[in-house]
Amino acid sequence: MTNGAPRSSPGPAAASSGLTAPATLDRKVVAGAVVLALAGAVAPVLPAYPLTLLTQAVIVAVLAMSLDVLLGYTGLPSLGHAAYFGIAAYTVGILATERQTGLAGCLVAALLLATATAAVFGFLAIRATGTYFLMITLALGMVVWGLAFRWVSMTKGDNGIAGVPRPELGLPWSLAAPLPFFYFALLAAALAWAAMGVLVRSPFGLGLKGIRESESRMRALGYNVWLHKYLAFVISGFFAAFAGVLWAYYNGFVGPVDVQLVTSVETLLMVALGGPGTLAGPALGAAAIVFLKNFVSVYTKRWLLILGAVYIGVILFAPRGVLGAFSREPHSAR
Amino acid sequence: MSAEFWITQAFNGISYGALLFLLASGLSLIFGVMRIVNLAHGSYFMLGGYVGLSVVWRTGSFLAALVAGAVAIALIGIGMERLFLRRLPGQTLGQVLMTVGFALMFQDVALLVWGGDPYTIPVPAALQGIVTAGTLRFPAYRIFIIVVAVLIGVGLWVVLDRTRVGAMIRAAVDDREMAQGVGIRVPVVSLGVFALGAALAALGGVIGGGFLGVYPGADFEVLPYAFVVVIVGGLGSLPGAMVGSLLVGLLDNFGKALFPELSYFTLFAPMALILALRPTGLFGRA
Repeated sequence: MTNGAPRSSPGPAAASSGLTAPATLDRKVVAGAVVLALAGAVAPVLPAYPLTLLTQAVIVAVLAMSLDVLLGYTGLPSLGHAAYFGIAAYTVGILATERQTGLAGCLVAALLLATATAAVFGFLAIRATGTYFLMITLALGMVVWGLAFRWVSMTKGDNGIAGVPRPELGLPWSLAAPLPFFYFALLAAALAWAAMGVLVRSPFGLGLKGIRESESRMRALGYNVWLHKYLAFVISGFFAAFAGVLWAYYNGFVGPVDVQLVTSVETLLMVALGGPGTLAGPALGAAAIVFLKNFVSVYTKRWLLILGAVYIGVILFAPRGVLGAFSREPHSAR
Repeated sequence: MSAEFWITQAFNGISYGALLFLLASGLSLIFGVMRIVNLAHGSYFMLGGYVGLSVVWRTGSFLAALVAGAVAIALIGIGMERLFLRRLPGQTLGQVLMTVGFALMFQDVALLVWGGDPYTIPVPAALQGIVTAGTLRFPAYRIFIIVVAVLIGVGLWVVLDRTRVGAMIRAAVDDREMAQGVGIRVPVVSLGVFALGAALAALGGVIGGGFLGVYPGADFEVLPYAFVVVIVGGLGSLPGAMVGSLLVGLLDNFGKALFPELSYFTLFAPMALILALRPTGLFGRA
């Protein structure tokens, strides 16, 4: 097999013996909720800079989890995932600065546009497998990057769109302040995490895992493999777009850097680092990379060197990801 | 838009395509033999340019720069393949992430050694002139690029198609296990092809440094072009890399001249469409 997704979770055989599933599910949900509650509890006492980073980590975690639906659960490594994230961010940026559109309008427009793009791109990409899937998603991602970079009248090109205002919700707290915005992002991320968690545990999600383990077997069992993969692609794009909306508001700036190849690859690294097919793992991977990038760049100018070494080290020493390495789930029978 | 415009743009497109061929033929060969998606290939181009620059500064010889750039980067390629990539057979995602890791490190090392300023590699006086034909003016350096690309293209074709080594490489491309089975030392072939591919990219970097310049970020700027060429032509196909380079060079030039706002779109959208219709590219085999 050429798709590089490490096989860390049980697949259909183990999933069908659902006796232990509720226990592990509860434990994972509790652990996740504890982490979220902890983040929420420490936020008020954090200094400004770590709080900013924590907000960033929470948003990027949604992006990493969205890619995990595609890479970890379905086994499709996309090299153009930043496209949907970026299209949503650009939509928010353009609407909020030029039309003064509010949160609801921006959210709906961004999700619609990015998901529609994922629907078209998925249609083109899904028939390719292995390296060719990697290549075509790279190409499609470059299409979006090319537009962001060169379609100056719409996107302001390399300068990007600056001064995206935080949304006004009519609450007593202004989201322009760091702490309320952190809680806003945390709530949104928790919703996205819950939705994706439900999705991957649903019969549809188990179908995706089955396809990851053996496409031909799933086809023989009567599953519509193409449709499963296609829907996973579109759903993954939808949640990436959700992260993109949050990002545009958080950063106040949208530029070609948000849709470039390196951003897509970095998201892949977060998933690989945390452990594909675990949702929580990629979220932690995202947080780790965000903190690493920002803290290392404070202490040394050579942070790219260190980030590059992290890429290589992860692949050499933790190919199943950090969570994957400690995962007690048995390897599936091949 | 006069005929002059079309001829000049076509010439520019072809000469840019020639440069892309140097970059992409190596990438295509590497993929063909080892199935490695090498995202550090643009870094070979950039590092080749920087090494060439230093050599020209020291020795004043453009030829020495070409040789030194190609050899130095071939050695880097050998190290990467032998020590790292060989551990990840068939792991596409692992290869992608690892080569990106190298690309980031190379970027930083280049910044450390050569700084952030852009440079142009000084080219020999003989290549600095302009060739005129009627009212048309062609820079000699661009003609030189086309000549080099044609020579290397022919050389590669002869080696691949007419020699014993070429037959071994083609066998390794077609069926790795069978090639190994009939006694071809596939790991050695792989190493050689990887070194050759890196050297070709570095050659492109030195030559490209003469008119595009050498600067930080050149690595990730040329990488998508190389991928477009290889994807359009078909992974692992030399004729595919030739046709793809010309096509991409022309598309890019006319796109930039005619639709400046959509120029990347006019480049990448046809590529995505070709891929959607023929996932293996124009000349590729599954």
